[in-house]
Amino acid sequence: MSTATEHAIGGAMPRQRRGLSAAMHDSWVVAKRNLRRMTRIPEIVVFGLMQPVMFVLLFSYVMGGAIKIPGADSSSHTYIQYLMAGIFAQTVTFATAGASAGIAEDMTKGLVDRFRSLPMARSAVLVGRTLADLVQTGFIVIVLGLVALLVGWRIHDGLLNGLAAFGLLLLFGYAFSWIGALIGLSVRSPEAATSAGLIWLFPLTFVSNAFVPVSSMPGWLQAVAYWNPFSATVQACRRLFGNQVGPVDSAWPMQHAALVSVLWSVVITAVFSWLAVRKYRSATA
Amino acid sequence: MAPAIQAENLVKTFGDVRALDGVSLDVPEGTVLGLLGPNGAGKTTTVRVLTTLLRPDSGRAVVAGVDVLKNPNQVRSLIGLSGQYAAVDEYLTGFENLTMVGELYQMSTRAAKARALELLEWFNLTEAKDRTAKTYSGGMRRRLDLAAALVVRPPVMFLDEPTTGLDPRNRLALWEVIETLVEQGTTLLLTTQYLEEADRLAHDIAVVDHGKVIARGTADQLKAQIGGERIEVVVHEPGRIADAVAAMSGYALSEPSVEKNTRRITLPISGGARVLADAIRELDARGIEIDDIGLRRPTLDDVFLTLTGHVAEQQDEEGGADAKARGKGKGRPGGADGVEGQDKQAVTAGKER
Repeated sequence: MSTATEHAIGGAMPRQRRGLSAAMHDSWVVAKRNLRRMTRIPEIVVFGLMQPVMFVLLFSYVMGGAIKIPGADSSSHTYIQYLMAGIFAQTVTFATAGASAGIAEDMTKGLVDRFRSLPMARSAVLVGRTLADLVQTGFIVIVLGLVALLVGWRIHDGLLNGLAAFGLLLLFGYAFSWIGALIGLSVRSPEAATSAGLIWLFPLTFVSNAFVPVSSMPGWLQAVAYWNPFSATVQACRRLFGNQVGPVDSAWPMQHAALVSVLWSVVITAVFSWLAVRKYRSATA
Repeated sequence: MAPAIQAENLVKTFGDVRALDGVSLDVPEGTVLGLLGPNGAGKTTTVRVLTTLLRPDSGRAVVAGVDVLKNPNQVRSLIGLSGQYAAVDEYLTGFENLTMVGELYQMSTRAAKARALELLEWFNLTEAKDRTAKTYSGGMRRRLDLAAALVVRPPVMFLDEPTTGLDPRNRLALWEVIETLVEQGTTLLLTTQYLEEADRLAHDIAVVDHGKVIARGTADQLKAQIGGERIEVVVHEPGRIADAVAAMSGYALSEPSVEKNTRRITLPISGGARVLADAIRELDARGIEIDDIGLRRPTLDDVFLTLTGHVAEQQDEEGGADAKARGKGKGRPGGADGVEGQDKQAVTAGKER
């Protein structure tokens, strides 16, 4: 069969890359493709931005006056400080839905088949997708931060801590995009992926400390809310931003919020990237 | 010479549906095998196994000398695949699509770009190269998809219903491209529902039904297998049918068949055009007026109908057409569980897509 081999090499001179370097190269090629798509469909970024901006305005102006944060006065100016960590965290987790829909679309359009028939790393399609989503999330977070500054939100504890908070948020968002990838590979249509990627995020983000103090919830729900990975990320960011009003809740995950948030992110990324790549290997449209 | 594509006894089940029930085939290097069969017969599943997209439950496959199950990644660098759907990214330009595929075949960016331009030129897409594929017509997308399969000049190519849904002009253009590839020595496995396509492009044809290869040979061999030529006559006046049968009975190999409604007489013969000319003279001598007369040879359609018991159904978006085609199947064993059988076939078709 030497003739066949010569034929291919004579034509294209494929380079020999192996292992990690091959995976990184292929992921980068796929990430480039997804970033290009984003510039061609700016609506996705625009609508991805509209939802959190709307939440900031609605929560701070409509509901802010009515929600009491323990240990603080109840002016809306105070609530926006409390609120923003929650809005940021919610925004980064919503990247999940984007990954779900994008991957489901690639499946139905036959692109996943094409990629799977190419001599490329098995992880690259998903890594490239999640990395591109991370870039998009970062962009949305920056714009959202600027909008929040306009309505009175401030970082009170120094730029370095502020950046650390954004780091936590992006790490958390990246972990969640792997859940989105798995959902996208598991459902049969982009439409289903959009709702499947979104629907579970509502209980996850609302049964938390994002919008209201956990102490106002029934006892059994408090335990859920405290151990919710989402709450740890929100709590950690709230402190790093210097937005903490009143004392931090005494629950252990709240006292060690940054550590818990990082652990959750790492565990979610590890588990779901493994599951998603395994699913990808045998993906059938 | 060792075959470029070889499959031995491939079995793949989805739930309780046996999509592949022991498919074996081989394609000698530099030839084209046409895989012919109705929807849900197992054509696409076969292609998916041979292109490393699907692991069979059992069986063995070797492509370009490489074991598909043991070294899938090596196989991937030696094959090109173009599927039923034009698998291009519609938000990337034609140029970006081909460059990306080149890079994923592990070419350098510069080589990938050069190859992309070359292919765009060959496929008449140079003018559209910087437009997103979304703006392309169906024919252009299909050409782009085929171009993507050719980026590394793979020695072995798999085309899964490459012209389904194309208009005749685009179909013809694609056929010419495929013929050029074969002239250049590419080994090709082609699935199709268009018998004309198999007749024109394939050196060898394998008819697949119910996950099995039920016939194998050249188009001519398959046609010969189901019988020879015949004369078909349409008599102008119904009252003279009997006279016409009598006039021609000397040439008939067996009992002519008569359709009274259409005034059509079908006469199995041997001897071709000479016998046809004799028959016409004979009818003329007796003053029998005819509306139509002709020599018919079996078509691949006849072959297909005879072998599978049903006509090749036009591709349908739903599995429905397939189930219907099955429903029409004649002389199928186990007709009692027909309904269940139809459901299973629909499931298979769904899996394949």
